[in-house]
Amino acid sequence: MFNNLSDRLDSAFKLLKGENRLTELNVADSIKEIRRALVDADVNYKIAKEFTDKVKEKALGTQNVLKSVKPGDLMVKIVMDELVALMGGTAAEINLKGKPAVVLIAGLQGSGKTTFSGKLAYYLKSQQKRNPLLVACDVYRPAAIDQLTVLGQQINVPVYKEPGNNDPVQIALNAIAHAKAHNLDVVIVDTAGRLAIDETMMKEIAAVKSAITPQETLFVVDSMTGQDAVNTAKAFNDVINYDGVVLTKLDGDTRGGAALSVKYTVGKPIKFVSQGEKMDTLDVFYPDRMAQRILGMGDIVSFVEKAQAQFDEKEVARLEKKIRKNQLDFEDFLSQIRTLKKMGDLKSLMGMIPGMSKALRDVDINDSAFNRTEAIILSMTPEERRNPDLINMSRKRRIAAGSGNTLDQVNAFVRQFEQMRKMMHKMSKMPMNFPDIMGGARGAVPGRNKFRR
Amino acid sequence: MSFFSKFFSKEKKEDLDKGLEKTKTSFLGKLAKAVAGKSSVDEEVLDELENILISSDVGLDTTIKIIQRIEARVARDKYLSAAELNEILRDEIVQLLSDNNTEDLEDFLPRHDVHPIVFMVVGVNGVGKTTTIGKLAWQFKQQGKKVVLGAADTFRAAAVDQLKIWSERVGCDFFSKGMNTDPAAVAYETVQYAIQNQCDIAIIDTAGRLHTKINLMKELSKIKNSIAKRMPGAPHEVLLVLDATTGQNAIEQARHFTEATEVTALALTKLDGTAKGGVAIGISDQFKIPIKYIGVGEAIDKLQIFNKRAFVNSLFDQ
Repeated sequence: MFNNLSDRLDSAFKLLKGENRLTELNVADSIKEIRRALVDADVNYKIAKEFTDKVKEKALGTQNVLKSVKPGDLMVKIVMDELVALMGGTAAEINLKGKPAVVLIAGLQGSGKTTFSGKLAYYLKSQQKRNPLLVACDVYRPAAIDQLTVLGQQINVPVYKEPGNNDPVQIALNAIAHAKAHNLDVVIVDTAGRLAIDETMMKEIAAVKSAITPQETLFVVDSMTGQDAVNTAKAFNDVINYDGVVLTKLDGDTRGGAALSVKYTVGKPIKFVSQGEKMDTLDVFYPDRMAQRILGMGDIVSFVEKAQAQFDEKEVARLEKKIRKNQLDFEDFLSQIRTLKKMGDLKSLMGMIPGMSKALRDVDINDSAFNRTEAIILSMTPEERRNPDLINMSRKRRIAAGSGNTLDQVNAFVRQFEQMRKMMHKMSKMPMNFPDIMGGARGAVPGRNKFRR
Repeated sequence: MSFFSKFFSKEKKEDLDKGLEKTKTSFLGKLAKAVAGKSSVDEEVLDELENILISSDVGLDTTIKIIQRIEARVARDKYLSAAELNEILRDEIVQLLSDNNTEDLEDFLPRHDVHPIVFMVVGVNGVGKTTTIGKLAWQFKQQGKKVVLGAADTFRAAAVDQLKIWSERVGCDFFSKGMNTDPAAVAYETVQYAIQNQCDIAIIDTAGRLHTKINLMKELSKIKNSIAKRMPGAPHEVLLVLDATTGQNAIEQARHFTEATEVTALALTKLDGTAKGGVAIGISDQFKIPIKYIGVGEAIDKLQIFNKRAFVNSLFDQ
C-alpha cells in the first residue's frame, strides 16, 4: 500500500500518458496525486500544497511552448525542476577555513549525530587529507563518550574527552586548544541530543556555539522524520542559526520528505547524506541527484563516482569489451566482487542505478553471500575460471567439495553466472530510455478534496 | 506543542499547558466557527480535521478512514454543536484504537504466568531502545521484581556499556558477553542466567537495525528462536520501540519487524517533544498491535503506561 514517492509520482504521470496536452483537468488530477504522494512521503502538508500549486502554475503556463514534448514527460521535467529548486539548486560545500576549522554538530536524540561525527572525520581524513579531532561533548547519555571513542579508534582519528567534566563549553574550548597544540586542523564537536523545546539544553548549545564560534554548524536530521521536521528545524535554526543540514539513515526505505520540508522551512542547504553504519558511507548532498532519486530516476552520478573511486578506467574498458563479446569469465567476476565489496553496502549501491530502487525493494542482497561465491571461484582451476564452458558435472563435484558447498549450490551459482552474463551482454546493446525507466503505476481516482478521494 | 499534557508531572504540565493553549484554542475555535449554525459536517470542518490529523503524522489512509467514520456517524445521529462534534471525533478515534481488541495495561508488567517473563526489545537505530529498557527495568524494580538486562546489541559502539550503566542506575542484574559477540548466544544465555538466578524478568536489548536490511532482520528472527530454544514460549513480549518524531516510515518499520519477530507491543518514545506520534494510531489499527508504553522524558521515571482514552482526550480536550 505504501510505495515510494517515485512510485506515486509515476502513477501521477501515468495519468498524463496518452493525453496529448496539459489541460486544467488532467493537470488537476495528477497534481492531486503528486500532493498525496508528497504528504505520504512526510513532506509537510503545507509545503506540499505550496509546491504543487507552483507545479500546476508552471504546467499550465508551458503547455503551448513545447508542443513536441509529451505532457507526461513535461510534467516530470517541471516537477523535477521545482524539486531541485526547492532543495537548493547547486551543491553546497562545508566551510573549513579556520585554523583549526571548528565544526559543531547538533540535533535531536537518536538522529545519528555521533555516527555522523565519525563519518565526517573519516571523510575529511580520507578524501580531503585533513587531520581531524573528534570532541565528545555529550556529557549526558550513558556511554556516549565511549561510543565516540570506539568510532575514533575504528577510523584512527584522535578523540578529545574529559570524563567527569559536565561542562560542554569548557570541554569544547579545551579541545580547540588541544587541536592547536597538536597540529590538528579540523575540530568536530559532537553534542548531546536535545529537544527543541528543552530550554535549558537549547541554552547550553547556544553557549557552546558562541564560545567556540564554529566555521560550520551542522544540524543532523533523521530522514525518517515526519511532519514535525519543520518545527524542529526551525526551532534549532532560531537558536543556533546553523549553516547546513545532514540527512541520516537514508539507506532505509523512507521516502525522505523531511529533506524537502527542512530545506523549504529554513532555507539552509543539505550538505551531507549518510547511509549505513559503516564509516565510509557518507556522501555530499547534490540536490539534483536527490530530486532524480525521488523521482525514481536513480542516482546514477553518485553511483558512477563511487565506482570510479574503485575501478580504474583501463580495467573498465577491458571489461566492457568482454561483456559486449559475451566473454565475461569467473576471473572477471571475482575481481568485480572484490571491488564491489570495497564500495560499501551493496543494496544501497544498487539502489542508485536508475529503475533499480523499485525492483530491489524486497530483494535480499546478502553481502556475505559474496564469501560463498568467492570460495566457489577460488576452488576452480585457473583454466576453469577463464573458460566457464569447461565446467562439467564432475568438475562441479570437485568444486563443491573443495569450497565446502553442496553440488546444488555450485550448480545454482554457475547458472546465475550464465544468466548474468547473458543479461549484461543484452544490456550492453540496449540504449537507456528515460520514459521507460518510469514504469509501473496505478490509476488515481479523482476526488473532491485536498487529500480525500 | 505535544498534546500529551495528561502524562506529565504537575510542574511540567503547567509549562506545557501554556504552549498547548494556542493549539487548543485554534482547533476548537476553528471547529466552533466552522460548525456554527450548520446541521451537517461540511467540507470546512473536514478540511480542518484533515489538517490536524495529517500534521500529527496520522497519515493519509488513517486520516481518510477516521473522516469516513465521522461522516457515517454524523449521517446517523446529527450533531448540533462544536462540543458534540468534538465528542464524536474523540469517540471514533478511541474506537479505532480499541478495534484491535486489547485493553490498556493496568500495570507496567503484562500478565504472563511464567517465570521468568522474557522481553525482547527491537527497533530501528536511534529510537531509544536502550533508554526504554532502562526505564522499564526501573518500573519493574520498583515493584520489587528481580530483573536482568541482556546486552544483545553487540554491534553498535559502546552499546554494551550504555546498557550496563542503566543496570547500575536501576540496581538490577546485567548479562553480557562483550562487544562483537553472537547476539543470539547472548540472548540464549541471558534467559539461562535469568532461570538460574531466579529472576522474575529478563529484558534483552538488540542492536538498532533498519527494517530494510533483510540479513539483519533474519538475525533478529534467529535471536528470537534462540530465546525460545532455551525457554519454550519465550520471548513473552516482543516490544517494538518507535520514535514519535518518525513519519509514515514507522508503518513500514512495524510491518517488517512484525514479520521478523511477531511484535506483541509498541512503545512510543520522545513524546515530550513537539512531535505528536500520530502514526501510532494507524499502526495500532493496521497491525492490531497495542501501544503499551510511552516515553515522555529523559529521566528514569519518564515511562508511562499508554492509555488510549488519555491519548485521544489530550488530542481534542480543552
